[in-house]
Amino acid sequence: MLEIDQATYDAIVSHARRDHPDEACGVVAGPAGSDRPERLVPMLNAARSPTFYEFDSHDLLALYREMDDRDEEPVVIYHSHTATEAYPSRTDISLAQEPGAHYVLVSTREPDVTDFRSFRILDGEVTEEEVTVVPALQPTRES
Amino acid sequence: MSVEVRIPTILRTYTGGEKAVEGSGGTLAEVFHDLESRHPGLRERLVDEKGLRRFVNVYLNDEDVRFLGGLETSVADGDNVTVLPAVAGGAR
Repeated sequence: MLEIDQATYDAIVSHARRDHPDEACGVVAGPAGSDRPERLVPMLNAARSPTFYEFDSHDLLALYREMDDRDEEPVVIYHSHTATEAYPSRTDISLAQEPGAHYVLVSTREPDVTDFRSFRILDGEVTEEEVTVVPALQPTRES
Repeated sequence: MSVEVRIPTILRTYTGGEKAVEGSGGTLAEVFHDLESRHPGLRERLVDEKGLRRFVNVYLNDEDVRFLGGLETSVADGDNVTVLPAVAGGAR
């Protein structure tokens, strides 16, 4: 299951709408091992394409160094499909290389509706999961 | 030349879970061959018959090696090599 707060959900949808008809992409980082998508990082789609996305390689390095410094990992990796459904394509599946991430797909093919779905992609297998949008993530308990 | 090679999560099965390993060689190609001797199978995840795999990014210090010499990029003692799988996908 993916639990995500409303503000982050809205920001992802709005990013996808803004970049339509190009695919939008980005990450929501969170503390390593926490499964909490806390920090939205919209990324430039270096391919600037309606049918392909790729993080610029230097942006990618900067992002991973920053997450490493902050002891974070990519909890959500999102991108949009602008003319097809919000489901991982064959390309999405073959290029998914973050085994711990929730892969969020957003479809902007309809002008009034944005589909938002989440998946695990492991060893070429796609499993859809429920998305729960909450007003805010529960505060972490320090014990 | 001895360099540190940082390994992404998905390739740590080849390094016993280690996120960084040491490699030696004068070029990236040599370093990858050296890594293969201790971590069998790793090199094939980085390189194919055409050279560096398309969706695997390799950086020497802060530069993507595709902008340097690719696999023939020279490495110096104390250099840092980082491997990061590309984050990419498409509609089909």
